[in-house]
Amino acid sequence: MEIPYSIEEREDTGLINSKLGIWIFLASEVMLFGGLFSAYIFLRLAAPPGDFEYWASKLSVPMATVNTMVLISSSVSMVMAWASLKLKDFSKFKMYMGITLLCSALFMVIKYFEYTSKFSHDIFPSSSTFMAIYFTLTGLHGIHILGGVVVMLYFYLPFSHQLWHDQPEHFTNRVEALGLYWHFVDLVWIFLFPVLYLL
Amino acid sequence: MSSDNSKEAIQEHIRVYMMVFGALAVLTVITVLASFLKVSTSEAIFLALIIASIKASLVAGYFMHLISEKSMIISILLLTVFFFFIMIFLPLISYTDNAGVHVPWVSIK
Repeated sequence: MEIPYSIEEREDTGLINSKLGIWIFLASEVMLFGGLFSAYIFLRLAAPPGDFEYWASKLSVPMATVNTMVLISSSVSMVMAWASLKLKDFSKFKMYMGITLLCSALFMVIKYFEYTSKFSHDIFPSSSTFMAIYFTLTGLHGIHILGGVVVMLYFYLPFSHQLWHDQPEHFTNRVEALGLYWHFVDLVWIFLFPVLYLL
Repeated sequence: MSSDNSKEAIQEHIRVYMMVFGALAVLTVITVLASFLKVSTSEAIFLALIIASIKASLVAGYFMHLISEKSMIISILLLTVFFFFIMIFLPLISYTDNAGVHVPWVSIK
């Protein structure tokens, strides 16, 4: 069965269905992370003076800075992958999607080293209120990265490429929806980085 | 995304993406450098959130194409932002209710 409005726009919304769907999903994601940011604010307000600063000083700012640059780079390569499809250049799409996947893997590897370094110093989510919210926020963000990687792999590996040959515009629109999700994940990190590591 | 999908328009988009990438990289460095400034906590929070908001606007505006997006998407997002701020600040009522009340952690220490 053909999925309706995957290429042409609906008359009432002026959008293709996948774009409307991903934006509504992202709106729900804003509320999910918003709830946790709200929790962070109120936990910090109720914490003893200096408590959050003390525990935040145990995090690695250089590692997080590198991760920020990695994620920004992945956002650029993702948008370039989409632009390559618009230019009908599939080999460049593969190259940029590959770069995005590599950046995602690098982000997770750095996060792994960050987490294991905390665990080796007996720092766990139960160690303090700050660490509890730190692991919750970064853990949830990490799960979002993994989710994005699964979808990226789907578009990178050959079994999805038949759609490009049959309906290139449909394939391009799907990649655009993936890109919107990925930029949102980058956007969340843009706020997590200063809030958790620098303040 | 704007409806102009010509090769020239996409090439122009790519040029903008590279400029935004440069701006995001510079702003990330500024964020880190700003954290070393000798300012009060509230000033540091204000500064960090301003820079993060500029970065987020660049990502949302150019990478997510919100700058040229349809009104339906903008309406959904405005509604989301409205409820986001309600959710963020609603617990503040509970916090201000307890203003001046004895803080237990002082005796715990």
